[in-house]
Amino acid sequence: MQTVNKQKAEVNPASAADFLPEDKLRELQLDRLEKIVLRSYERTVLYKKRMNGKGIHPGDLKSLDDIRHLPFTVKNDLRDTYPFGLFASPMSEIVRLHASSGTTGKPIVVAYTQEDLDVWTDSMVRTFAACGLHSGDIIQNAYGYGLFTGGLGAHYGAEKLGATVIPISGGNTDRQLMIMQDFGTTAFCSTPSYFTFMIERAAEMKIDIRKLHLRTGIFGAEPWTEEMRNHIEKASGIKAYDIYGLSEITGPGVGSECEKQDGLHIFEDYFYPEIIDPVTEKALPDGTEGELVLTTLCKQAMPMIRYRTRDITMIMPGKCKCGRNIRRIRKINRRSDDMLIIRGVNIFPSQIESAILAVEGILPHYQIVLTKEKGLDNIEVQVEITEKVFSDKVGAMEELQSKLVQALENVTSIRIGVRLVAHQTIKRSEGKAKRVIDLRNKN
Amino acid sequence: MKIKQLSLFIENRTGALSEPCRILSEAGINIVTLCLADTQNFGIMRLIVKEWQKAEKLLSARDYAVKTTDVVAIEIDDRPGGLAKILMILEKSGLNVEYMYAFTSGKNGRAVLVFRFEKPDEAIKILSAKGINVLGEAHIFEK
Repeated sequence: MQTVNKQKAEVNPASAADFLPEDKLRELQLDRLEKIVLRSYERTVLYKKRMNGKGIHPGDLKSLDDIRHLPFTVKNDLRDTYPFGLFASPMSEIVRLHASSGTTGKPIVVAYTQEDLDVWTDSMVRTFAACGLHSGDIIQNAYGYGLFTGGLGAHYGAEKLGATVIPISGGNTDRQLMIMQDFGTTAFCSTPSYFTFMIERAAEMKIDIRKLHLRTGIFGAEPWTEEMRNHIEKASGIKAYDIYGLSEITGPGVGSECEKQDGLHIFEDYFYPEIIDPVTEKALPDGTEGELVLTTLCKQAMPMIRYRTRDITMIMPGKCKCGRNIRRIRKINRRSDDMLIIRGVNIFPSQIESAILAVEGILPHYQIVLTKEKGLDNIEVQVEITEKVFSDKVGAMEELQSKLVQALENVTSIRIGVRLVAHQTIKRSEGKAKRVIDLRNKN
Repeated sequence: MKIKQLSLFIENRTGALSEPCRILSEAGINIVTLCLADTQNFGIMRLIVKEWQKAEKLLSARDYAVKTTDVVAIEIDDRPGGLAKILMILEKSGLNVEYMYAFTSGKNGRAVLVFRFEKPDEAIKILSAKGINVLGEAHIFEK
């Protein structure tokens, strides 16, 4: 046990950039920014056209603040140039392609040179290291392998860290649990919603996760709340870390929590963060909430200049107690495009999650159903009943229901109908959870 | 003297009621009595069966939220005034009734009342002292 503790206390050499002095970090960022902007301008038609349109030349960049003069890139730019229009490297130098699942329309395609893969792997090593993992850990990777960036991104990072990887991919929960027990898994990678499903399945199979070797969860690929973290940590006895990433930028590994679990450090020597007002598009100071914008400082095959992530967060002012100098963003639990407008009020699914999980005994199995009644939007939250909250008394059940309605009204300021539904009637997800069922445009 | 009652959460939709009954019938479990409390949104089905442990296991395995509670069953004469007499005793003793339901048994002239009390043990003591016939498991399942 002593050797494990010793290893834990040391900083992984791969994490050195996390601790760069601020002046050195800014110098490095500016140098990389100049190069990547020039590369984009010279090699990508869209970037050249946009910069020319704004009358900007890569040579005009004199400081990091000048990044504000550069044009934005949005998801539609990737769709409009499908499949290879934003590539800045010839195919002979591109060694990997990934693509989004593309639930609406064409998928988006992203490309990597060998150097890009090395940067990605490095940022995943730093992610795992920040979450306290090291050589000797057994990492069960339940992110999907394939076109999705989650599986392979976490895989190569875990190998480079020196940990043992179980490349199990997503799904087949009973097998996941069997392997978790038999192989002595110490860390598990998946979406947080899938892990809550695993906890539930484990209980049904009479497996106590708290008694297994598992101690760390690396959860990402969807927004989740602090209440969800509390639920997971309490029910499974592990430490649940939030990681951040998106395929357009690299995949997982853009940012990660550290052992302090107080915001996500952005690996900003690779991915430069800004916060903007999503409406006016003006840059906002640290500590102010807005939309996260990222610029890839090293990506060769497909640089992203000021990519609008649609994720709402803020850059947290001040230094983290862990000693890292790279800045942090607040845990993301909402995206500007998952905002629901109901009767003129803006509501985020994460608010609903926080509200219902704060009611004693409620588990995170819920669904938001939107319908249209007589031309008006109607919202209903369906919450599963568990044995823990079920009572044989009608009064107690009605009280539970009104408690939920009240909790929802407190956070959203509107009256939202709550329907109690039977256990196991809400579909469990093996990947990203589908919380909102929008039937407004049906029929 | 307490009797075990099973309660199930039932959604307000077609077929929600028949499924648990079918599960029990397939396992050869006879329902002695059943009572349904319903609201606009959901219902609570309360059941008394002899093999309650087996029934609980079966229903839980089928993802029902099942609760086991202690209820008190008493036997009265199946004639006018039978229930009123009991209720009077309860009222005077200050016993709090959460809910109750009644059924007549196969035996001639016998009605059974099922009470859910806040404090079942106290209730049994008071009722027995008044000479009321509180039924044990052996009696309620008698045919």
